[in-house]
Amino acid sequence: MTVTQDAVPGGGPKRSVTRRRRPLTFDRASFMVVFLGLPLAVFVIFVVSPFVQALYYSLTDWSGFSAGQNFVGLDNYVKLFHDDIFLKAVRNNVLLAIVVPIVTIVLALTLATLVTIGGSGTGTVRGLKYAGFYRIVSFFPYVIPAIVIGLIWAQVFTPSSGVLDAVLSKIGLHGFENYAWLGDARTAMPASMFVMIWGFVGFYMVLFIAAIRGIEPEVFEAARIDGAGRFRSAVSITVPLIRDNVQTAYIYLGIAALDAFVYMQALNPGGGPQNSTLVMPQQLFTTAFTKGQFGYSTAMGVVLAAVTMLFALVVFTVNALTGGRERKVKVRR
Amino acid sequence: MTTTAADRADVVVASRAPGQRAPEGRGVATTAHVALILWSLLVILPLVWTLLSSFKSTQEVLGNPLSLPGKLRFENYSNAWTTAGIGRYFANTVIVVGSALVLVMILGAMCAYVLARFTFPGNRLIYYSMLAGLTFPVFLAIVPLFFVLKNLSLLNTLPGLIVTYVAFALPFTVFFLHSFFKALPGEIYEAAQIDGAGEWRTFFSVMLPMARPGMASVAIFNFLGLWNQFLLPVALNTDSKNYVLSQGMASFASQAGYAVDFGALFAAVVITVAPVLVVYIIFQRQLQVSVTAGGVK
Repeated sequence: MTVTQDAVPGGGPKRSVTRRRRPLTFDRASFMVVFLGLPLAVFVIFVVSPFVQALYYSLTDWSGFSAGQNFVGLDNYVKLFHDDIFLKAVRNNVLLAIVVPIVTIVLALTLATLVTIGGSGTGTVRGLKYAGFYRIVSFFPYVIPAIVIGLIWAQVFTPSSGVLDAVLSKIGLHGFENYAWLGDARTAMPASMFVMIWGFVGFYMVLFIAAIRGIEPEVFEAARIDGAGRFRSAVSITVPLIRDNVQTAYIYLGIAALDAFVYMQALNPGGGPQNSTLVMPQQLFTTAFTKGQFGYSTAMGVVLAAVTMLFALVVFTVNALTGGRERKVKVRR
Repeated sequence: MTTTAADRADVVVASRAPGQRAPEGRGVATTAHVALILWSLLVILPLVWTLLSSFKSTQEVLGNPLSLPGKLRFENYSNAWTTAGIGRYFANTVIVVGSALVLVMILGAMCAYVLARFTFPGNRLIYYSMLAGLTFPVFLAIVPLFFVLKNLSLLNTLPGLIVTYVAFALPFTVFFLHSFFKALPGEIYEAAQIDGAGEWRTFFSVMLPMARPGMASVAIFNFLGLWNQFLLPVALNTDSKNYVLSQGMASFASQAGYAVDFGALFAAVVITVAPVLVVYIIFQRQLQVSVTAGGVK
């Protein structure tokens, strides 16, 4: 809010295009107050202030409903690093943030490549027939709410009445007649990862298709004349040229995997067998809204945010170190 | 997952290996089709199974999962709609998402316009704090947010949920529209000013209509994002008569464990998925253009 107040009387807003000052008329003053003040008020009250408060609460023993809250310094954080269940959740999140983006991107890139340069023909590199159909179908999961994706797959994975066990035993794998994919500590996490990947691939496939289509066709032609096959073109041309898109995708996917709350709530609300699918957000949610330990749970939130920032930093660094910027060739927009 | 990953790896390898050897195209195209058809089946079959199951009785659902429904039990849909409360949740969702969408588009466009076209002290600060709001996990804010709403008596109310949706969709909206307003030519603003239009008039009659394509893209993104929203309602809207679809579905699936009416559960899934899926198929071109415009940036 204070930002708004500064902004308006600051000598009248100046235009960026011309440097000529304009008088502060009622029209202009009311315009700035409403146009900037209203959105900012909402943003500051409901987004900025909770984030800032969270930093403070994480240093208290606040239980929310008690009147007093004591400042306990870093006690919550010390406690967190001795909390085996929370550490398990951190490990699960890290595992998710490594596996889910990589598999999703490899799969999405492969499918996008097949759609864009898999077409037959002797002349130019061209797209596949029915590319539109594949694109539309692959994109379906993006328009299905994540919670529903989770619920559908939870039913698919259900022992005996789920369709997966039925199909597997039909094709002769009799060990799976009554197998609880989500109830066995060995498969619960891989199965959950699969569901997330299923939900993500289509979206990134569409993004990559657009990025590949943005590459100048001449680049492919030149490679072709130089004797590069399709596979070689995909590895040596497509990937380096759409590298920035891949980086962006990796960050988005990693952030989604560090959350994973919706999927896990749908598949295994309790954290799964031996907490094998428990993630930080689930633990935070229970600690806050079931146990009422608000100070402790906001400390978990701070750790989650720190891990998220760290993750983004690592991706940027790795991309920069492996030469992400220099190899950028002009990509048609 | 290990099995699935291996299966997929096979598909990938199989589809690529001939690509190196086949002199021209045909073989590559065939393997490409096979791989893409397999993926399409993996996407569609669970949905088809869900649709079929939505017509089954609970006994049939718990029986052979590969069987077809004995008859089309449309009563599953009415049970889901009324008994399980999906109809109510649906209405709540339409109210919440609809209002939040309209509000965030208006507020977001206004804010983005001012930030993009006017210089004033604090401009950059606001812009970057919006960007930060976009990257920080909502989980960090959720506990204090609970008490902010509680203190404003907005907890467990639809208006409270609406304003929270608006606040958390705002950074993305501003960020996206900012580049859009920045790209609009300055001469048009000049012309409007010379013709005597005030700031309000210039925005609503000239600038906003010109930003329409950008607005459409953001609106689609926001709609899907808000329609899918799960954490905010689960934490801030715990009164079951105010439930939105996503949380209503979750509570329906978990309630009572064994006493769930499975036919109705599948019907509820279909009710939740079908409208958006149909709208998507109709507008898929527009949607995919928007998605790529937003993502390829």
